[in-house]
Amino acid sequence: MLSLADVLAAIILVALTAYVLFGGADFGGGVWDLLASGPRRTQQRDLVAHAIGPVWEANHVWLILAIVLLFTCFPKAFATIAISLHIPLTLMLIGIVLRGSAFVFQSYGGGGGRVFATASLVTPVLLGMCVGAVASGAVGARGAGSVEPFYQAYIAPWLTAFGFAVGLFALACFAFLAAVYLTLEARDAELQEDFRQRAIAAGAAVFAMAVIGLALFPQAPPVNDRVVALTAAAAIGAFWSLWRRRYHLARVAAAGEVTLILLGWGLAQYPYLLPPDLTIAGAAAPRITLELALIAVLGGAVVLFPSLYYLFKVFKAR
Amino acid sequence: MSDVLAARSQMAVSLAFHIVFAVIGIAMPVLMVLAERRWQRTRDPVYLDLAKRWARGTAVLFAVGAVSGTVLSFELGLLWPRFMELAGPLIGMPFSLEGFAFFTEAIFLGVYLYGWEKVPPRAHLLAGVLIAISGAASGIFVVIANAWMNTPVGFTLVAGAFTNVDPIAAMATPAALPQTLHMILAAYAATGLGVAGIHAFLLLKGRTSAFNRAALTIGLIVGAPAAVLQPVSGDIAARSVARRQPVKLAAAEALYETRAGAPIKVGPGIEIPYALSLLAFHDPHAVVLGLDSVPRDEWPNVPLVHLSFDVMVALGTYMALVGLWAAWLALRKRDLTTRRRFLRAVAIAAPCGFIAIEAGWMVTELGRQPWVIFGVLKTADAVTPMPGLIVPFTAITLLYCGLAVIVGSLLYRQIVRSPA
Repeated sequence: MLSLADVLAAIILVALTAYVLFGGADFGGGVWDLLASGPRRTQQRDLVAHAIGPVWEANHVWLILAIVLLFTCFPKAFATIAISLHIPLTLMLIGIVLRGSAFVFQSYGGGGGRVFATASLVTPVLLGMCVGAVASGAVGARGAGSVEPFYQAYIAPWLTAFGFAVGLFALACFAFLAAVYLTLEARDAELQEDFRQRAIAAGAAVFAMAVIGLALFPQAPPVNDRVVALTAAAAIGAFWSLWRRRYHLARVAAAGEVTLILLGWGLAQYPYLLPPDLTIAGAAAPRITLELALIAVLGGAVVLFPSLYYLFKVFKAR
Repeated sequence: MSDVLAARSQMAVSLAFHIVFAVIGIAMPVLMVLAERRWQRTRDPVYLDLAKRWARGTAVLFAVGAVSGTVLSFELGLLWPRFMELAGPLIGMPFSLEGFAFFTEAIFLGVYLYGWEKVPPRAHLLAGVLIAISGAASGIFVVIANAWMNTPVGFTLVAGAFTNVDPIAAMATPAALPQTLHMILAAYAATGLGVAGIHAFLLLKGRTSAFNRAALTIGLIVGAPAAVLQPVSGDIAARSVARRQPVKLAAAEALYETRAGAPIKVGPGIEIPYALSLLAFHDPHAVVLGLDSVPRDEWPNVPLVHLSFDVMVALGTYMALVGLWAAWLALRKRDLTTRRRFLRAVAIAAPCGFIAIEAGWMVTELGRQPWVIFGVLKTADAVTPMPGLIVPFTAITLLYCGLAVIVGSLLYRQIVRSPA
């Protein structure tokens, strides 16, 4: 039976998933801006800017929502993460600031295209490294603020081969999502074909990084076989539909694949919020806080979802 | 530089940077909506041009505000993990609500900025109204969280941990109303007079286009009433601080000794007798607690708080006077856009609101020290154990200095290119 704390942990995972599916794709767009090439290089960049413009700020708020719910409902976990991962999180924030500002400066004629693209490349890797540090149990095992040498306490938890693999995996996922979405944004067939090829290449990179990441996982990975099978099915579906140029189907399959990856991460960790010791129940705020947070989320959803629907209907109705 | 000081400095730089953009994000939508409404009513293209140009400028400022706000939400934990571990369950509520308000703001900003050709005129205007409402709401929620740090309620403190937490009582903390009122008015006053001041300057330079005249008028419509009301909300805030954080008031007024009938020091050797007692308690003979009411190690930085307070009050008073002048001219149906002396006064007011906001936050934040949660948790006990905090402080400071230069030059180009 799911407890109230479990429900809120699940909501945080949903918010993170939404951040990856929407905000992640905006970072992926920056990657394709950086890698724009061939005769239609300018059109590729314009398409990315056009696709991101109206939605990136709203997409970005999913991250804020996830972090706010984390410190409201699981303050102990937030404090531990913030101490151990101070360095990569600060670097990620600098990346977020540079990406967002450079994009808007570029849109309003101030230059900054290279900064936008470079920050889009680095930030997802850092985000992935933080996730990898949590998933591997390094953050939880280290404990918050224990008296240890600097390297052991603040660098060793995240600067690992596994962490780096998760970082590159996140980058590949974001680029994959962006390329798949952009096939539907493109108005002409050649541009569509550019992003179809990019989507297939990025999908292959996602697969390669998944294999490497699992091989580097410190213990035997506690994965749920059914979720893995479903993820594989979604991945095959995404490749097949890209191959057959069924782009709407490809979008569903790609988003499903990435959603299942995050679900798989959540299930593999359950009931731990910060493995190996800190459980969801152990990190939870008092019950009254959790109840009010749930009410706030439900109330907020009533405002949020119709508004988001409207935003995407206006700008993404294809 | 100690780690605590580096952490405090990083927080200060981040807040000081963010608040400029946050304030503009709260108030600019009101100006945009007023301009668009006039366009829809009069079909005078000047107003459409105005709404579109303001929207372009706001897009840049809002984006920088959004990303610098993200930095802050992480920095709460990166710099003050002990504070967040303790306070998260209590002040998480306003932050969560702020998250949703900010979400609404970001969504409709997208619709507003990119939807001129895509949504019907009424929906477009409504999007603007929703940005204005949700912008004000997110500002209110964030300031409520800060108010709780000044007047913490809604818990029982047992051996350094909170029990019986009541997030609703925490949100209804006594400082919430005075602080939110003061902040929202400050946002409208600073932004409204800021915009009016820029266009007053252009009018003085001889660029007497209908565009600049319309911009001046709308800026004054938003900024002047807020500036006139601000001393009233300041009085409410001061009386709240006098009762609940007497040391902060004592520092703001540099009152070292507790005394009845306390004066206000306006300069070296110049005092207004009874003024402080009157201001703080509406009674000339009331006893005002001085800094001597607490041990020396619980004093804030008195000279800095005092200076900041005087700067805020002086600039706020000047802006209120400019607002009254505008009201006086408007009531007598004079043309505000051609009176050079008035325009000069408005142009001078342009940066005043933003400086006053920075100074006001210095008063409330520095005046709360050495506490992060007043009377409960010391700032030095809340800081992260990570050493070398001068490095992230330097990095964030350089980043924001660079951004400030770029934003400044972009906006300058926007303004220079405005119709002569």
